[in-house]
Amino acid sequence: MTIKDIFDTMDYGPAPEASGDALAWLVDQGSRFGHFIGGSFTDPTDDFDSKNPANGNTLASLSQATQSDIDAAVAAARKAQPSWARDGHKRARVLYAIARLLQKHSRLFAVLETLDNGKPIRESRDIDVPLAQRHFYYHAGIAQLMKDELPDRGALGVCGQIIPWNFPLLMLAWKVAPALAMGNTVVLKPAEYTSLTALLFADICRDAGVPKGVVNIVTGDGAVGEMLVGAPVDKIAFTGSTSVGRKIREATAGRGIPLTLELGGKSPYIVFDDADLDSAIEGLVDAIWFNQGQVCCAGSRLLVQEGIADRFYDKLRARMATLRVGDPLDKSIDVGAVVDPVQLQTIRSMVDSNTSGEVYHAPGALPENGFYYPPTLITGLAPSDPLMQEEIFGPVLAATTFRTPGEAVEVANNTRYGLAATVWTENINLALDIAPKLATGVVWVNATNLFDAAAGFGGVRESGFGREGGWEGLQAYTKPKGKRAALKPVTPFTGDGQPTDLDRTCKLYIGGKQARPDGGYSRNIYGPRGALLGQAPIANRKDIRNAVEAAASAAKSWGKTTGHLRAQILYYMAENLSARATEFAARINDQVGGRSGDKEVDAAINSLFTWAAWADKHDGRAKGVPIRGVALAMNEPVGTIGVLCPDAHPLLGLIASTAPAIAMGNAVVAVGSHAYPLSALDFTQVLETSDLPGGVLNVLTGAPAELSKTMANHLNVDAVWSFTSEDVSAGIEAASAGNLKRTWVETTARDWTTPDAQAFLPQATEVKTIWVPYGE
Amino acid sequence: MTQTIDTLTTPTQLPQAVEPRNPGMELDLDWALGVQANTSAIERRAKTLPGRRSVKKDYQAAWLAKAITLIDLTTLSGDDTKGRVRRLCAKARQPVRSSLLEAIGLPGLTTGAVCVYHDMVETAVEALHGTGIPVAAVSTGFPAGLSPLHLRLMEIEESVKAGAEEIDIVISRRHVLTQNWQALYDEMKQMRAACGDAHVKAILATGELGTLRNVARASLICMMAGADFIKTSTGKEPVNATLPVSLVMIRAIREFHERTGYRVGYKPAGGISKAKDALVYLSLIKEELGDRWLQPDLFRFGASSLLGDIERQLEHHVTGAYSAGYRHAIG
Repeated sequence: MTIKDIFDTMDYGPAPEASGDALAWLVDQGSRFGHFIGGSFTDPTDDFDSKNPANGNTLASLSQATQSDIDAAVAAARKAQPSWARDGHKRARVLYAIARLLQKHSRLFAVLETLDNGKPIRESRDIDVPLAQRHFYYHAGIAQLMKDELPDRGALGVCGQIIPWNFPLLMLAWKVAPALAMGNTVVLKPAEYTSLTALLFADICRDAGVPKGVVNIVTGDGAVGEMLVGAPVDKIAFTGSTSVGRKIREATAGRGIPLTLELGGKSPYIVFDDADLDSAIEGLVDAIWFNQGQVCCAGSRLLVQEGIADRFYDKLRARMATLRVGDPLDKSIDVGAVVDPVQLQTIRSMVDSNTSGEVYHAPGALPENGFYYPPTLITGLAPSDPLMQEEIFGPVLAATTFRTPGEAVEVANNTRYGLAATVWTENINLALDIAPKLATGVVWVNATNLFDAAAGFGGVRESGFGREGGWEGLQAYTKPKGKRAALKPVTPFTGDGQPTDLDRTCKLYIGGKQARPDGGYSRNIYGPRGALLGQAPIANRKDIRNAVEAAASAAKSWGKTTGHLRAQILYYMAENLSARATEFAARINDQVGGRSGDKEVDAAINSLFTWAAWADKHDGRAKGVPIRGVALAMNEPVGTIGVLCPDAHPLLGLIASTAPAIAMGNAVVAVGSHAYPLSALDFTQVLETSDLPGGVLNVLTGAPAELSKTMANHLNVDAVWSFTSEDVSAGIEAASAGNLKRTWVETTARDWTTPDAQAFLPQATEVKTIWVPYGE
Repeated sequence: MTQTIDTLTTPTQLPQAVEPRNPGMELDLDWALGVQANTSAIERRAKTLPGRRSVKKDYQAAWLAKAITLIDLTTLSGDDTKGRVRRLCAKARQPVRSSLLEAIGLPGLTTGAVCVYHDMVETAVEALHGTGIPVAAVSTGFPAGLSPLHLRLMEIEESVKAGAEEIDIVISRRHVLTQNWQALYDEMKQMRAACGDAHVKAILATGELGTLRNVARASLICMMAGADFIKTSTGKEPVNATLPVSLVMIRAIREFHERTGYRVGYKPAGGISKAKDALVYLSLIKEELGDRWLQPDLFRFGASSLLGDIERQLEHHVTGAYSAGYRHAIG
């Protein structure tokens, strides 16, 4: 082509980013890599190759970690951890140095990322690498402030971290920066397709003065991940597929280590008829064709208001025609290569097996070599079509229509996932009404895929749990300071005494009504001297089912009530309990023995006051994100929470473990103290007189072992908390993998007379980040 | 959309020469007032565009050469004289040293037009005689557009009589700011009529319209009233052409074309002085409107100092050495 020819056609032509420096770095390392353990690289064992998905060329040969590598890495991290945790300012200096070095070597990181992953150089250069830098800057500040701002929190210890191949460096930053800031040390496993920038990161850790053993990087496939999950670490953080997340949940069950999972999604992208359509189209480019659609929060489900759908689809098809697919190192490429032929095949077979709707592939030839899939739009799908439900993880957009805002929410929430959502409307009333109704961890208003270290990111439902970024992200890498004693088993008294009074019938309390147990069984409850105090119903799985149904239904409206109203009701419960204090105290003494009943009733009233007080005070935050706009961190109720109450305190146990959940707008299915169940059942009479809507608190009694499993298994329960002294935690954690509900199992003794807002409030809420850019 | 025109052999760059001229249409307020412009989303698109498209080497040279053919080489100063205007016209005829044009294989390149005040039209027409380069006049009480309407219309007629083939009019910003859309439409329509066969560029003075939504509405209404081109600025407002404003205006042009089938041209003016900026604008047009708009009948830069930077870049392309301003003839 002569200049004259180009002058006539006005084509773009090639604009390749030079890859020489990145390739030279690989050669300097011998094009072979071992693991980074204890501050140096191990001898390479050449087990597998890392390839450039744009052309299939081998970039380097990598090592598959063995059990002894994992052991060595964990040991190195363990050894380094205590001194690393000692001085926040020193950590801040190191994290700052890492941020600076990421800046100084920004192009090297970007080019290496694109070579290894296939994403367009524009994205690695303008998005991934700057966001990674920002994460380290932000957390340098967090390390600096930890002592003053989080005085009661301490490091967890050694964190095992497993990251995916779609944002190799950025996910590393999201994992490593907060962990290090909080004084943890890490063993990180990058995805086997994309380990190179992690290894380059290891290299710069040495220049940044990261002490030996603080950062360890082991490479390999899923088997290495499994070994890391099985290693004696104090925390597992995983980003990746929901199926692997589920396995990790099962594998870590009962080990008493915290877990965060950031998993898949099928995020809705909602366009209302008053939206700036051209801008919404451009947003879609950044939603589903960003990183070839290989983004956990990709806006992969397009929901368009019916009246504008045809016009919107026309505009969208026209826009798709100008997307440039090709060599990711070319600066003018919008869509690069899919990471691996396996992934490409998955995308192909999912789209090919679809028989509904209209499939539109963007025109334009794909490169002959390398792994490419054309940007694709499938319109006319219904929520029941598999492509509207299953995550494709490719450049494929599935579209359907809706009629009203209410229907938009219904369709949007009709999914097992709950990671992110996008809403386009020029109407602030509509936007701010819809955002809280979407069952996701992130909502973008008139924008999409905005990220920042200050703003939490993470999902609900099967998109996982835990947040990354912001103050809320630090929960995942800290624990309360101080040691607590192990929880002692509390066994029911036995006896053969006579009833002391007229028979009192205690029933289960489900949906605001007294209910006989489904199974029709009860058991005798004896006092410490063997007196027969009464009978407690034995709930079975059907009672759990009924209670969850009542709770899930109540949660919908309870979660939308004002904190002020919830506070009033909790105070009123306290008032009504206070009026019957003597009776409740006597009943406690009868069951437990001694004369602590008065104190326990006082503590219960105090607890109700505390959580009533919090009901309207657990404020969200407005995050200082680097855009003209605001990122709101809103504390939303989790939904339906199953609670296995502590056994030692018949009344306080029920109240102190459920009131925080109720105060935050959740509905609760509580299993009262197994040893002393009668006070919980008596308390339902107070509930009946206290205006608490039916279903908000359901009270069951029965065997924790059986009931906890049913609750943890139940796909409509959003979280399970266990404070019982029975040995149920492993079973709960394992069973929770079904819908990846949040679990909180305590096996240490808690002082229930002192309400612990720091522990309960985060457990009782989900932080939703709502991004609202503005400007006219 | 991939149709190309050999502009070097096209005798004139007026839109009516190749495209059916936009006849205008009834004022459709439902349409105009229904447009939305989300400022932060538009700014994001504008901000990321330079990072999404890059033109290098021969391609860059070709694009810069194209940019030259799209320039309305402009002088709009109180101290303009005949001599000054003749000098500018000479530059329009020979915008780049001929050895450089030979080297890139594009001899005979000229700018798109020369743009002057009414009083200088005759001089410019004379100076450009036989070149095919049209003369554009800024009429209608430029730049404020606050002289009596009948005088503004007369000024257009005078300019056309004097030989201007393109008329850059300014709209009454107050009609936009007070939402008097009918008045805006009527005024534009009268001006278009006054232009006769000369083609009319409507200057919206976007820096004074307050919001992007207003820019979008004013763009549509001027096109409904028969504008051949819509143009950002007089160059005298505090803020002139910007990428976000351009995005709004060319999206309006795209929509107007989709609905009516008529192509209206676009002219960003003021503040575009670097070759790099010109490339970004061209890629913006290519992306949002398509290649057809990358021709002088549908796109112009209103610029005075842009050409100098392009000349330096072209010399760098030819010689491999960075250039100096004094090596290139002034206009």
